[in-house]
Amino acid sequence: MQVLYFAWVRERIGLPREEIETQAATVNDLVAELMAREARYEMAFADTSALRVALDQELSEFDAPLEGVREVAFFPPMTGG
Amino acid sequence: MIRVQAMPFDPGGELNTFSAGVEGAGAVVSFTGIVRDVSGGLRGMEIEHYPGMTEKALGALRAEALGRWDLADALIIHRFGRLEAYEVIMMVATASKHRKDAFEAADFLMDYLKSRAPFWKKEVTEAGEDWVVSKAEDEDALCRW
Repeated sequence: MQVLYFAWVRERIGLPREEIETQAATVNDLVAELMAREARYEMAFADTSALRVALDQELSEFDAPLEGVREVAFFPPMTGG
Repeated sequence: MIRVQAMPFDPGGELNTFSAGVEGAGAVVSFTGIVRDVSGGLRGMEIEHYPGMTEKALGALRAEALGRWDLADALIIHRFGRLEAYEVIMMVATASKHRKDAFEAADFLMDYLKSRAPFWKKEVTEAGEDWVVSKAEDEDALCRW
């Protein structure tokens, strides 16, 4: 699946998007997989309460299932307007 | 109509065009957001967004406003990319037969744009760069609706 990062999450991880092969059942499982990879992911995901997640471009929750999802995006709370 | 663009726009001209298109509506309310220089040392602002989700989120917000209030039309324009201090960031406009519907719908759109549209602002000052942090009161404001 495509995993996208925005704002300071993108800066901490060092890339805007990547293709990830995963069997993760939920967003939380995917986060755990990513954090186990490298320190920069651990840094970015240290406090998921400070993060938001979108599944296929819809806001979602960290306990949501990933089955059938093609695009996951992680970002800090939005600051539009 | 919704528009997400890097290009500057003229909010007065947009408002005139919008008003001309809703002849007979009687009440038009608009809000314009401008880059502030709170600290006094602002060099500019970088606005990042999520292409694809942004358009969907703004379209859904506009549709919800049209469903909840008696509106003739609603307009949302939001910029992204590099902006200088005092440049126009975004505008919303609503048109209705009734003043109250126009005001409330515009207020609703602004509250949701703040914390539910995928934009992230970064302030560039003389001291460096900082992501704007969302405020708890912006999240609380959504409970009004």
